[in-house]
Amino acid sequence: MEKTVNIFLFGKKYEVPENLTIMTAMEYSGYQLVRGCGCRNGFCGACATIYRIKGDRELHACLACQTKVEDGMYIATLPFFPLVKQVYDIEKIPVNEQVMMQLYPEIYACVGCSACTKACTQGLNVMQYIAYAQRGDFEACANESFDCVMCGVCSSRCPAGISHPQVAMLARRINGKYIAPDCEHLNDRVKEIKDGAFADLLADLMRKPVDELKELYNKREIEK
Amino acid sequence: MYSERFKASLEAVEKNREQNTGFEPQRMSAEQKEEILKKYHPDHREDKFATLKVGKNKDDKVPTELCDMLSAHSRIAGRSIDLDNPDYDVDVLIIGGGGAGASAAIEADNAGASVLVVTKLRMGDANTMMAEGGIQAADKPNDSPAIHFIDAYGGGHFAAKRELLSKLVCDAPDAVKWLSDLGVEFDKAPDGTMITTHGGGTSRKRMHAAKDYSGAEIMRTLRDEVYNRGITVVDFTSAIELILDENGAAAGAVLLNMETKELLVARAKTVILATGGAGRMHYQGFPTSNHYGATADGLVLGYRAGAKLLYADTLQYHPTGAAFPEQIYGALVTEKVRSLGAKLVNAKGEVFVHPLETRDVCAASIIRECGERNNGVDTGNGLGVWLDTPMIEKIGGAGTIEKRIPAMMRMFAKYGIDIRVEPILVYPTLHYQNGGLDITADCMTGVENLFAAGEVVGGIHGRNRLMGNSLLDIIVFGRSAGKNAAEKSRSVKTGKLTLDHVKKFEGELDAAGIETQLVSPKLLPDYNRKGKIL
Repeated sequence: MEKTVNIFLFGKKYEVPENLTIMTAMEYSGYQLVRGCGCRNGFCGACATIYRIKGDRELHACLACQTKVEDGMYIATLPFFPLVKQVYDIEKIPVNEQVMMQLYPEIYACVGCSACTKACTQGLNVMQYIAYAQRGDFEACANESFDCVMCGVCSSRCPAGISHPQVAMLARRINGKYIAPDCEHLNDRVKEIKDGAFADLLADLMRKPVDELKELYNKREIEK
Repeated sequence: MYSERFKASLEAVEKNREQNTGFEPQRMSAEQKEEILKKYHPDHREDKFATLKVGKNKDDKVPTELCDMLSAHSRIAGRSIDLDNPDYDVDVLIIGGGGAGASAAIEADNAGASVLVVTKLRMGDANTMMAEGGIQAADKPNDSPAIHFIDAYGGGHFAAKRELLSKLVCDAPDAVKWLSDLGVEFDKAPDGTMITTHGGGTSRKRMHAAKDYSGAEIMRTLRDEVYNRGITVVDFTSAIELILDENGAAAGAVLLNMETKELLVARAKTVILATGGAGRMHYQGFPTSNHYGATADGLVLGYRAGAKLLYADTLQYHPTGAAFPEQIYGALVTEKVRSLGAKLVNAKGEVFVHPLETRDVCAASIIRECGERNNGVDTGNGLGVWLDTPMIEKIGGAGTIEKRIPAMMRMFAKYGIDIRVEPILVYPTLHYQNGGLDITADCMTGVENLFAAGEVVGGIHGRNRLMGNSLLDIIVFGRSAGKNAAEKSRSVKTGKLTLDHVKKFEGELDAAGIETQLVSPKLLPDYNRKGKIL
């Protein structure tokens, strides 16, 4: 007989096998999920969840698909959190710290409580990347926030009302487009293709009998 | 930390690591590959396939579970729906909010069309989000679209539609540039040179990545752009039937609010199916690396409306799904782990296949190792083989894993496994739908004004897909579908809307003697305990 634990889904008690994740425990208990379930692999941020272990003061946050159940776990899912996303034109956005001031001025109201960092389901230093954003250091903000899955738990804990994942998203796009070095070989190749440099080669491949293509494939040289 | 159960095997792996790291296993010959695929690849298990009795692909074999869905009743069978007062009326309706749908939406918007995106979960809940390894593009001086073509054509067993594949490889550099210009953060050297690696079956290092969050980085950027443009996105809303007009052209869809179950009608001049794959159909009982909504909906919608399928009998089983611990059974372990130098090792500590053979060959080799050869590791929840990740740090130096595959490190660390010093256990997982809707190079299906892009399409890759060519295809064909559907919408005069094709299909089911209680599309898998839920 497999070992079981008692968990409390929205306060209601269920007995489930101890080897389940919170997500599979919900399904085991009979839930057919529509909300709060996306990639089931820790990439999409759909299954943000908060919980407290009975007898423990601390409130934890996690992704339900990535977290094993524990005995005495009181669980509430957070399938949606009203983040604020400002719209902007990536082609026209000025690359300076005023951008943050204009679009996300609330980041300057950060009180340094670190609740965002403590809550991050990815273990990121959220408060630090907000500090980088305040300074207009988009590259540092982008790097520090790169693994963000935009689940929104950080924002749910923020007394200043910051939408951290959206701030980081803006910083990453600015960094990717304007600050990261331009790629010359990519630009060159795009131009070559536009100029038709490979058109004949491809047209030739399109016409070749399959056997000739097999020969080419089986004898191709593989870069070390 | 692994338990006692794994001790002996783990010691064998560690003992041989030094030697195995330097060892270059021989690649298989064309004949050897063919033989191992025939004997061990799940696509060749004839008892797991069924013959379609209705529709455009009548008499073709497809996986049994897909056959059931393609031969099931419409969710609106026998129900009258008011098509004269649509809830939405747009130029271009895009069904699906993944990478292909988002790319299509951006390009259709660019072209001046009014666009509606419907997605059954949230925008971005898609396999795109979970693609880890990267995106191919022949943009280095030692590479060319022609070499890319040969790699992909051979890797797909010479079955790809050449005009689709040619478009894929020729538009690849521009796709990467487009993403880069949208702000996608590709891994680059300080001088701007793309950091590229091999994938299984590539002859040049053309895999571009954004750490091992490549798909997530692309998806979140596209999603942000869709929102910046103010494109209408209706989430938690699935399409459950296409609507045609009296001339047989696609003209909208019947929509279902996934939460309230309200039915809605969208009218459109052109429709793009970008519904993605089918991993959650769990063909042959395999676990899957796919997202929750990957249930082949687009194949069902398109098929019932009269579109043809191509290669619907071929699926991709990614060789390295997590086999342990049980909580992440089937989750994707990116091919990039092998690109960076980790090898597949059996229970005795022996390397048994070249780690960069194509995915189907690698998967078949693992199945053989765990089956006939009896060299698998018993995980307590099935069998697996080792993927010796510490080799990566031996080859690339300490810190390589954290820098290049942080998501993998995090996934296993949650279960107390440090992949920098301990190997991981893997087994093939259902990963990709090679086949799908048959399209022309302008992305149109056999149904007028019905376009398709992304994993729902078949024929771009042939019968097996190389790593990094699906993130590429969703961008190339997503953009193309968006442009073409917008362009086409300008000249379309939609006739009277009808669902007669649904009635007709029900008639065909009857005539074929198919008796079934099933309805389709499936929309979501059912994981709650069966039999006990009302």
